[in-house]
Amino acid sequence: MSLITTLARLEAVDTGRAQPLATVRHRHLSDRPLVFVPLTTAGEAGAPLGALVGTDRDAPRLLVVPQPRDRDLRFAFLAELADVVLPYIDSYAEDVEAAERNETDPETGKRVKVEVELCADAPQLIVPSRAGIDFVRLLGRSMRFRRTAEQDPETPHPAPPRVPLLGRWLTHYGERARVPGSSLLLALTDVLSRHWATGQSSLEDQHLGALLAWIDPPDDESGAEAALRAELQRDAKGQLVCPPAGPATDPAFDNKLLAPAIERYDRARTALAAAEDGIEADDRLGELTAAERQIRDLVASRTRPTWDAVWRGLDLLRALPEGAHATDRWTRDRWSFTGHRDRVLAGEPPQPRRDDAVTAANKLATREREQARLEAQEALDDPLVMAGRRLAGEAFAGEVTDVVMAYSEGKRPSPRPLVTVRTDDRPHLGERAKVYRSLGGKPQAAEFVGYEGNGGNGEEQGGYGEEHGGYQSGGALDDNGALVVLRVVDKMGRGKEPETGSVPEKGDLVCFTLFEHEQRGGAKLPDPEETPWTHGGPPGETEATPQLHAPDAVTEEDVL
Amino acid sequence: MASALGSPSAFGQSQFAFMRGNAFEARVKADGGAELLRLVHEKLDARAEPPTSGVVPDLSAVGPEGRTARTALALREATAAGVWTLLDHPLLALEVAGSPAFLEPDAVVVHPDGSWTVVEIKSFPMLDGSADAAKVGAAARQSAVYVLALERVAARLGAEPEGRAGAEGRSAKEDSAEPEGRHAQDSAPAPKVRHTVLLVCPKDFSNLPTASAVDIRKQRSVTRRQLDRLTRIEDIADALPEGTCFSPDLPTPDLTVAVESVPATYAPECLSACELAFHCRDRSRAEGAVTSLGRSLRAELGGLTTVADVLSASRGESGDPTDPAVAALRRAAELRAEALSGGPALHPEASGHAT
Repeated sequence: MSLITTLARLEAVDTGRAQPLATVRHRHLSDRPLVFVPLTTAGEAGAPLGALVGTDRDAPRLLVVPQPRDRDLRFAFLAELADVVLPYIDSYAEDVEAAERNETDPETGKRVKVEVELCADAPQLIVPSRAGIDFVRLLGRSMRFRRTAEQDPETPHPAPPRVPLLGRWLTHYGERARVPGSSLLLALTDVLSRHWATGQSSLEDQHLGALLAWIDPPDDESGAEAALRAELQRDAKGQLVCPPAGPATDPAFDNKLLAPAIERYDRARTALAAAEDGIEADDRLGELTAAERQIRDLVASRTRPTWDAVWRGLDLLRALPEGAHATDRWTRDRWSFTGHRDRVLAGEPPQPRRDDAVTAANKLATREREQARLEAQEALDDPLVMAGRRLAGEAFAGEVTDVVMAYSEGKRPSPRPLVTVRTDDRPHLGERAKVYRSLGGKPQAAEFVGYEGNGGNGEEQGGYGEEHGGYQSGGALDDNGALVVLRVVDKMGRGKEPETGSVPEKGDLVCFTLFEHEQRGGAKLPDPEETPWTHGGPPGETEATPQLHAPDAVTEEDVL
Repeated sequence: MASALGSPSAFGQSQFAFMRGNAFEARVKADGGAELLRLVHEKLDARAEPPTSGVVPDLSAVGPEGRTARTALALREATAAGVWTLLDHPLLALEVAGSPAFLEPDAVVVHPDGSWTVVEIKSFPMLDGSADAAKVGAAARQSAVYVLALERVAARLGAEPEGRAGAEGRSAKEDSAEPEGRHAQDSAPAPKVRHTVLLVCPKDFSNLPTASAVDIRKQRSVTRRQLDRLTRIEDIADALPEGTCFSPDLPTPDLTVAVESVPATYAPECLSACELAFHCRDRSRAEGAVTSLGRSLRAELGGLTTVADVLSASRGESGDPTDPAVAALRRAAELRAEALSGGPALHPEASGHAT
């Protein structure tokens, strides 16, 4: 956490309200996101209890499993969920635009441009908290290897059609959520705490109710008081007034309300099965329906507050203008969505249980690259983020005090103007360090020459960041800051004279970064046949993949 | 006590989780622990003869001391017999801060070579061979305490008068030794407690057990160091004013004063571990301690420990400007204010002529 963030948290404590950590919104928000508020049964893996799901904040669809340990009821829940989620996904899959992608031509081995489809927009899934993302991944894992009766008539407990497909989509979304800066699947608590600093620890920020209380407290209350109420206040029945955002439920709810209701439901079911004639059965069916109704009401009462909180959080986020580069990252999400759509259409098998070495290495490389990209883009989009980088000595800003035209040596001299910048920042500039500024959206590079008035020896000055001592030691510092001399090296056109506007002028305010603005991909991994066996290449393939896609072993008795 | 202080803890277990956990444990231990012994054999001791029928001694006795003694006796007999033995819910004693604490592992297995293994049965799933890292870590720390307690028992059973230290030194050495070496140890019978425990979890989405060997050497040494360093209860009691009483029946103000007399350093991590965390958090917040926002903050801010100190230093109202922490703080406040006010156009897109 940078010192600026720390300061924001302390200011939040002091003022009783969350303080901004960003001046723009760093994540893309869809106009029509699908909000998913799931609940799970304590102690059971992948036994959902219920969920609210939908794209209309006033009309969520309530799905409930009245007895979470009953396989058929669970399947019914998943089938219903698929009926909501898959049409939503499909509605984005058909609207495409033409795009180009570089591909290696299999015959010539050359890189060629290929016309491909890119979905014009992508479906966006919002869950309340980080635990919700894990639950999406878990649901995906539990469903994608299921077999439907159509796929395998022999299978003992066939899944409803489309359930395995939903599993594949949820798996894809769960995986994508691990890529920094992606927005296909967002946890609201993460996004909110990216944009606001509260007066509590990041651990406590995981509580959606408390987080919202800090960001948007009621008029007559401080954020701290409202957050405390959201965390702990219980009603006369001992139930939390602001239920946890799930998927885990409060134990007091399980023990005092849910367990008796489920017991009543079980009794009603047993009684119905034992009914001897039609009239008796009718009565008992009534009791069963009432029992089910009760459980539905209970689940609704625990999910609806969270549902409303999620939409409130989205409103707060929408009030911020979207960062310029968030759109660029959303385009990558659209590529990701389109790619998975194509894999599904091509009839590829579900994602394997474990990634092979090459896929895993690629995923890791992608995440690292996207992390670097995210950090650079957020700083470029947002002066508050840039302030953190400046404090850490990774960027500096100031006024241009002098520009001296100079030329490179060589047969065709090119412009290499020397620009002097006065800055109060303390960048970590090494000898001939490269620095970048944004010029019309493209990075322009310059080289550090030296400090004016300090012999131009380019000694490292040290920043404010981790080594606070640097503040005092900078040799070229005085009350007016340091004078940094830079040599601009590119983006000035081909001519002898630089193009208009490509060189800063005296009096301009400029900001240079020590980090690159655009990320280069790493070296390509070798082809599968070139990959050594230590990394999953041949002859590992003979170990065959079918068992990777085999359905899970199921429990004989129906206790999960 | 937390409730009496007015800050009840939020801990509790859902009866669904409780039932599920019990049902799973019963299933794992069914048929004289056949499945459990099979897993121990497969994952930890594949060279030993496979277990055919395990011995499950009766460990019931009166009172915790009685059960502890019964457990020690059963362990001695099983070690001498040299057959696969399953001790279901043995009771162990361990001295914590100078006072005995009783511990009940899910199971302890005695191998044919006389070594002992702690078995921990958990109801969180092992998905495709991996489980939630945080939960596995917690299970490993829990098992480490059992291993330490078992080592005390082993040291007492050992005939050697050098006792505990000798037994531990030997077991550490034996870790790297081949099983052949162990028979030589039988003559000096301080039984070996294995430093690899068996974690048994439901497989994927079923209730079929699967297991994984977990090396707890690190957790064991960390726990041992922490136990050694704990302030003894007598020392804490000595420092308290005469007549201090922690009875939850006391009026809240009296109880609060009593609890206050024992110093506590709250950090957010306490929330997931301690019943009194909410009480300490209230106190910490009231004092304006920066640690209530996270330990890392404290480290960043040098000698400034309260919110008010930090903020006034950042505004230039207090603090020594030559203190690097204060200087950095002021610069941070300056940069933050500048960025938020939209101040000078330092935004790279907005600078220069390019836009």
